[in-house]
Amino acid sequence: MERRDFLKQTITIIAGAAIPASALEFINPKSLFAANGGNTRWVFLADTQKCVGCGFCVKACKLENEVPYDADITRTWVERYVICKDGKMRVEGNMSNPGFGINADSPKGGRDGFTTAKIEVGADKHVEIKDEDISKAFFVPKLCNQCDNPPCVQVCPVGATYKTGDGVVLVDRSWCIGCGYCVMGCPYGVRFFHPVYKVAEKCNFCYHRISKGMKTACVQSCPFGARQIGNLKDPNDPVTKVIMTGRVGVLKSEYGTKPQVYYLALDREVR
Amino acid sequence: MMEIHGEAWTLKEFFCYPNEYIYWSIQIVMYPFMTGLVAGAFVLSSLYHVFGVKQLKDIARFSLVFSFALLPVAMMPLMLHLQQPLRGIHVMMTPHFTSAIAAFGIVFSTYGMIVASELWFVYRPHFVATALELKDDTNRGLIGNFRYLLFSALTLGCYDVSEHALEKDEKAVSKLAGIGIPVACFLHGYAGFIFGSVKANALWMTPLMPVIFICSAVVSGISLCIITYIVTMEIRKILSKMGNKAKDLPSYEELQSAEIEEVQLTSKYLVGFLLAAITLELLDLIFRGYTAVKSWDILREVIYQRDFYKIFVMQYGLGNLLPFILFKLPGLTVRRAALASSLMLFGVFMMRWNVVIGGQAFSASYAGFMDYVIPIIPTSLDTFKEGLMGALSVIITPYVLFYFINKVMPVFKYKGSH
Repeated sequence: MERRDFLKQTITIIAGAAIPASALEFINPKSLFAANGGNTRWVFLADTQKCVGCGFCVKACKLENEVPYDADITRTWVERYVICKDGKMRVEGNMSNPGFGINADSPKGGRDGFTTAKIEVGADKHVEIKDEDISKAFFVPKLCNQCDNPPCVQVCPVGATYKTGDGVVLVDRSWCIGCGYCVMGCPYGVRFFHPVYKVAEKCNFCYHRISKGMKTACVQSCPFGARQIGNLKDPNDPVTKVIMTGRVGVLKSEYGTKPQVYYLALDREVR
Repeated sequence: MMEIHGEAWTLKEFFCYPNEYIYWSIQIVMYPFMTGLVAGAFVLSSLYHVFGVKQLKDIARFSLVFSFALLPVAMMPLMLHLQQPLRGIHVMMTPHFTSAIAAFGIVFSTYGMIVASELWFVYRPHFVATALELKDDTNRGLIGNFRYLLFSALTLGCYDVSEHALEKDEKAVSKLAGIGIPVACFLHGYAGFIFGSVKANALWMTPLMPVIFICSAVVSGISLCIITYIVTMEIRKILSKMGNKAKDLPSYEELQSAEIEEVQLTSKYLVGFLLAAITLELLDLIFRGYTAVKSWDILREVIYQRDFYKIFVMQYGLGNLLPFILFKLPGLTVRRAALASSLMLFGVFMMRWNVVIGGQAFSASYAGFMDYVIPIIPTSLDTFKEGLMGALSVIITPYVLFYFINKVMPVFKYKGSH
């Protein structure tokens, strides 16, 4: 066979085969899963009006998920905000331009509750605000937002962090190389390095519990019902009903991450 | 108490999220700095090979070899920084291509292969000559035997050094250098993209980042080549003065005139790239101030207050403006060029520092600050790797490598190299 003929025939065969081949559909396991088993989308609802900053959620989380108890890293935390009547930040010392900050803190992630009026502004540094200066003060629970468009998953160079079919972002401890790109990529600061496993770590909505029909440790431990977990794809789920009918806010929507932790009574000062 | 990564060197002030620390420390400053040197050194060598800037012949050969010595060192900070360094190979094995880091292995090895093959063509006649010489030597000894094996392996079985073959080699070199320029720029622009695409970081996120990185890379690469070139030339001058009169070595005067000529010409390119880099950096700064989006309040505090000394005094003043003046004053001497290049190198290092550390100097809450206190004396593996000692090991390595590579691919052997 001449080379010319060989090439001609090859082209004909390929062109001919292309037509029936185009009729075939390549099945993506992900879309298959979504079509069949995808009736769950885990979401979280936090009611800041109900949160009193007791820190039970942080304690429960640390114990449940074996995050070293005294280490200054945590999967979930509670922030305290104290807004002054003049809208300004209270500082002592070297802050040159205090016109933009807020009075907020989360000592030990709020694990031991907020038992003093003093606000932590650095290592062993505190500032006290006079009661008459305060216009409002409140607590805000924080945890991983299990984003619909998670930047941490996008930037992981080895695919060690991934989003499950039911919307939770997980980390594969056996595959993470510990580069920290996901830590840098998260606008909410929920990621850190696990001091024991030396890999990226974050809240996963207690995936081992919720996938067995249980509540997350923080939800279960909250005495005030400030934290709730639900399935957004179930219209009868009480959490879904609140999200669908109430006025809920999310954190930092400007990053396009589509966060799935919804807040009731979210103040504009919340960072 | 358990050691938390980052806690040892992070100082927090005001409201930072509990998990925030300086996670990317000195090694991530070293990473773009070292890749920048690689890319810059290669671009300098290409000026001769591709654009035929004849006067740069001597420094071109040198910077090509040096770029090769720097190559493994560009990866070293990354390995030192990983929490799981043994899993670093996963990036090559299971790359997740939506990540800007995932293609690193591919880009890096492509570039490495280009540099290696270019070097092979440049040094082929030397390999052949050495291999043949050793072959005839019947009394080689152990080291001689090893050298013979090494050099005959390096010839890859091709002993043709006819004029025709050498001509072909030269063509190959200029082609490889031609491909190498965009790849080198890509390698480094890519490092800029890794930072520029982090949307969660207000200081890093700008499309200008890759371009700024490339320009400053070339500045640092050329600076380092000038310094190292001057140092080696001075050593050669001392040797030739001491009467080391081997007949194939050039004389003191020849070295002297060649040195200043090369340095003067190279510094012209250096200043050009410096101007490009500064223009872009200032454009970025002005744009941020003018548009003043949400993050500007905290960025302004970091740039104009907290990091003012590091940015405007050390980086722009000492590292850019002063060497610029030194280069531009008439009658450039070798000594002044060496000083100016060292300052320039320092300036680029400070730029990397101010980007990497400065980008973490403020909390994502926009209401708190973090400060990196570089660990000087290591107390653990972490504080060694991400402290001064780790950085110094990265700086020293290319010189150690250069020493050994120079044994195989001598940079200064021939008189013909001028």
